[in-house]
Amino acid sequence: MLSWSRRASLPAPGRHRGRIPEWHTETRTDIRTVLQQAVGAGPPHAACWDEAGTGAGGAQPPELSAMFRTPEAVVVSSPRKFFHIYPTRADKKNKTGSSGVRLLILLASRASQIEKELSQGVRKPYKELIDVCWCDPHSVGVKPLTFVRQVLAACVYPQLMKSHELPLDVRQRAQWLLGRCDGGSVGSYNAQPCIPEIIEKVSEFTTRRDGGVPSYPENIFISTGSQWDILNVLVNSEASPKTGVLTPAPCHVTSMMSITALGAAAVPYYLTEEQGWTLQVEELQRALESAKGVCNPVALYVINPGNPAGLVQSRKSMQEVIRFASEKRLFLLADEVYQDFVYGENREFVSYKRVLAEMGPPYSDTVELVSFHSTSKGFMGECGMRGGYVELVNLDPAVQKHIFKLISKSSCTPVLAQMALDLMVNPPQPGDPSYPLYNQTQHIKNMLAQNVKTTHEVLNSLPGVISQPVEGGAFVFPRVFLPPKAIQKEEGMQPDTFYCVRLLEETGVLCCPGSEFEQKEGTYHIRYNLTYTSHCHIKIHLTTFHTKFMKDFS
Amino acid sequence: MNHGTALLWKRRALSSLSATRRGLPKEKMTENGVMSRAKVLTIDTINPTVKKVEYAVRGPIVQRAVELERELSQGMKKPFAEVIKANIGDAHAMGQQPITFFRQVLALCSYPELLSDNTFPEDAKSRACRILQSCGGHSMGSYSASQGIDSVRKDVARYIERRDGGVPCDPDDIYLTTGASDGIVTMLKLLVSGEGATRTGVMISIPQYPLYSAALAELGAVQINYYLNEDKCWSMDIPELQRALDEAREYCNPRALCIINPGNPTGQVQSRECIEDVIRFAAKERLFLMADEVYQDNVYADGCQFHSFKKVLFEMGPEYSETVELASFHSTSKCYMGECGFRGGYMEIINMDNEVKAQLTKLVSVRLCPPVPGQALMDLVVNPPQPGEPSYDSFIKERTATLSALAEKAKLTEQVLNTVQGISCNPVQGAMYSFPRITIPEKAVKEATEQGQQPDMFYCMKMLEETGICLVPGSGFGQKDGTYHFRMTILPPTDKLKILLDKVKEFHQKFTQQYS
Repeated sequence: MLSWSRRASLPAPGRHRGRIPEWHTETRTDIRTVLQQAVGAGPPHAACWDEAGTGAGGAQPPELSAMFRTPEAVVVSSPRKFFHIYPTRADKKNKTGSSGVRLLILLASRASQIEKELSQGVRKPYKELIDVCWCDPHSVGVKPLTFVRQVLAACVYPQLMKSHELPLDVRQRAQWLLGRCDGGSVGSYNAQPCIPEIIEKVSEFTTRRDGGVPSYPENIFISTGSQWDILNVLVNSEASPKTGVLTPAPCHVTSMMSITALGAAAVPYYLTEEQGWTLQVEELQRALESAKGVCNPVALYVINPGNPAGLVQSRKSMQEVIRFASEKRLFLLADEVYQDFVYGENREFVSYKRVLAEMGPPYSDTVELVSFHSTSKGFMGECGMRGGYVELVNLDPAVQKHIFKLISKSSCTPVLAQMALDLMVNPPQPGDPSYPLYNQTQHIKNMLAQNVKTTHEVLNSLPGVISQPVEGGAFVFPRVFLPPKAIQKEEGMQPDTFYCVRLLEETGVLCCPGSEFEQKEGTYHIRYNLTYTSHCHIKIHLTTFHTKFMKDFS
Repeated sequence: MNHGTALLWKRRALSSLSATRRGLPKEKMTENGVMSRAKVLTIDTINPTVKKVEYAVRGPIVQRAVELERELSQGMKKPFAEVIKANIGDAHAMGQQPITFFRQVLALCSYPELLSDNTFPEDAKSRACRILQSCGGHSMGSYSASQGIDSVRKDVARYIERRDGGVPCDPDDIYLTTGASDGIVTMLKLLVSGEGATRTGVMISIPQYPLYSAALAELGAVQINYYLNEDKCWSMDIPELQRALDEAREYCNPRALCIINPGNPTGQVQSRECIEDVIRFAAKERLFLMADEVYQDNVYADGCQFHSFKKVLFEMGPEYSETVELASFHSTSKCYMGECGFRGGYMEIINMDNEVKAQLTKLVSVRLCPPVPGQALMDLVVNPPQPGEPSYDSFIKERTATLSALAEKAKLTEQVLNTVQGISCNPVQGAMYSFPRITIPEKAVKEATEQGQQPDMFYCMKMLEETGICLVPGSGFGQKDGTYHFRMTILPPTDKLKILLDKVKEFHQKFTQQYS
């Protein structure tokens, strides 16, 4: 779900579908050499990401730091420049991310290079690059929902509504949506930063979803993609000690970067892997205590369904979290973007808002909660539209006023994204002309469930790999027990990064190493995305590669 | 128009209703006598920089305008039949028609099945295919590179080269953005550092576009005001820049100079000489230049021409062209297309240190990518139909019609406003607004002050209530003490604009009479 520089040079990740490759050992090169070539070898001074200071970078030998740099960063700067915004001088707020970014860029640059080489006919043991790093469904073959795209096309080019080729409900919806835009055009800013009628639809949606728990439109804010900016109200980047946010480990990189970018400190609490990545209150307690003297924790961030850990929280667990937040006076941030992706038996998605409301007072009228949702995830998978919303619960009205101001300042959320959001929360209903086709979401759901099942089986059949059941979300995050030789081998590089680098080199499969997601010390994982439409290649690649890797290093 | 739910926004702004509904926020005792918790986030504990943010373009006047629309729709009697929102440069909302070709291509990209529809011209289809080719999985629904789609950045680079008479442009220096605002805020984030006297100061023009002041407040940077010279048609004076800078050096570390050309809200188009002077000044004083050039196609006055800062910089020779750091911003929202809702834009970064550029790339990657439809639209703007292509003639026709109408309206606005005693309006050389100076009688100033309002806010609010015309008071943009202005777009259709100007005239006369 990230898009680092790899995408900068990747025209269309994963869109080729090749045959299962033969194994050409002669094309294997020493990883270090390859990477050095890939990212360019510059003068061995500290990599520019290092100052971000999450630590992992600092311990590396200089040549490795040099290796991890982006190609741009290696160019020696002109001595004539008189004004440099050196990272050390730049505002600390901007030091987002860290080793994560650097390593992903490293892997990503190499992946783009591989893709380029493949397109130039360079012989490799595989025919295509398979990118399962991110959850970007359309890029890996998931078809956009027809109803959604028809409505958007009609809004963009209203002449289409004159033709009867578009179903009636499509035309009606487009008409309705355009009627909500000033001047009847998707090209206007509109007097208000988000279209009020769409907000009402979102509000009706959450009420429906939460079994009637009331939702008030004035508490819902539509925003561009990542909604973290709204949390600007929470974090004073100049504060000392820093504002702390309790953050799950593992946690996806974008959130960690956003938290850091806001000028806050992420305080990790570890999910219990052995119990299917469950969230334990004792661990929250430990994390909170660990923050003493380091930062001032004001918020607790939860991802449900999880990313990269595929857990779906039970009601009981959520109640515990809410009680904890209440007792410790923490603001709850609930990332619920994968709410449509739940596969576990007897598992269902329940929103934090609903659980909070059902707990009754004093919780239901005091605990401050922000729930996030987005058009990027779910069946729609419209990542490129950059639309999402947050729903606020129990916020101080005076604070909410400032949030409104922050939203107004950014002109408006892209109008098409707002419309996509409307279509997400208000899909065709049985009886509507588009309904039968809209049921294609069922295929996506089936595909995902199938992917989850077979991936889980394949992974757990591999020696030294344990995959917890994936109950929800879009990723599988198996633990890989690497042989000691492989752990010693890499000289400074995280062992799972080493594993991923080799996987990429030898099979063309791009996975994210677990070290990018905050994992328990001494454990190694890989994350890969489950929305890929043709999973069988990856499984064969993984099996062959893993078996060989374990043999090579045992 | 969004009559029905306008109340929501008022409610949200005041937020009192939701508070009572939730029965909060006061502390209270629970059954077992335990004091229940107070809010984590209160007005006293929120990020203090947020409180300083102000954004006049969507301030109280606009909120009232939305409310008035609702009241009208409910049949309440008002002295006017409709609310005219002349506060914001929102072209389509004012009835400007989109460019057909752009919308055709975007529709094709949204729903590629239309590619087999024969009613679409071939060039629109081939353009759509080209854009889709460069999207992951051939869908606008995929994330793009954080910096923007490769092929779009290449097209932008070629456009800049054409525009600047061949000055080279490297696609690596182009960052696609979510409208120009996103680029501006991102650059400011990168620039702001230090504490106390070393805190970054950023020079902005007064009057300014409030995006700048709002972003600087949010970032906790020091805003350094330099005044444009109203008597010389809002031109930039180097001595004034020097004054502002020297004074600011006492208490902050000035690092950047922002210029809006053509000007917003002031409508001036800078001369080549002026731009050269500014570049020399920036070089001498070691300032990073930020050139907001979103109105680059909106130049109307005879003898005025748009010169990009980059072009002038490169024509000044290597002494400047290899050293002065510059970020230039453009967008799909203005010019002849007026597609604000897509949030498309780009910035070009020149002479930036490579390590800083890597930081910038990282910073933009936090928001993953700019909206892909906006990127697609930006591509069309920089690569419109070419002579010989089926859509060329209609494209030129539509573009010319919009731009010449704007030129006519710019002239008309200036002329009519200058016929009113107590209003004086500089020529609207470019952009989309007039920013006339208004004389407010002493009595009105006094009454406004008593109500705790800026006099021009008082004036604009009165105008809204009496005429339904929604303007932004000059105080929202900054102005010399003791002077008053308002900003009005020139976007309404000509016949409507005439009525609007007449109403403004009538109101002003009445207002002046009432308070003298």
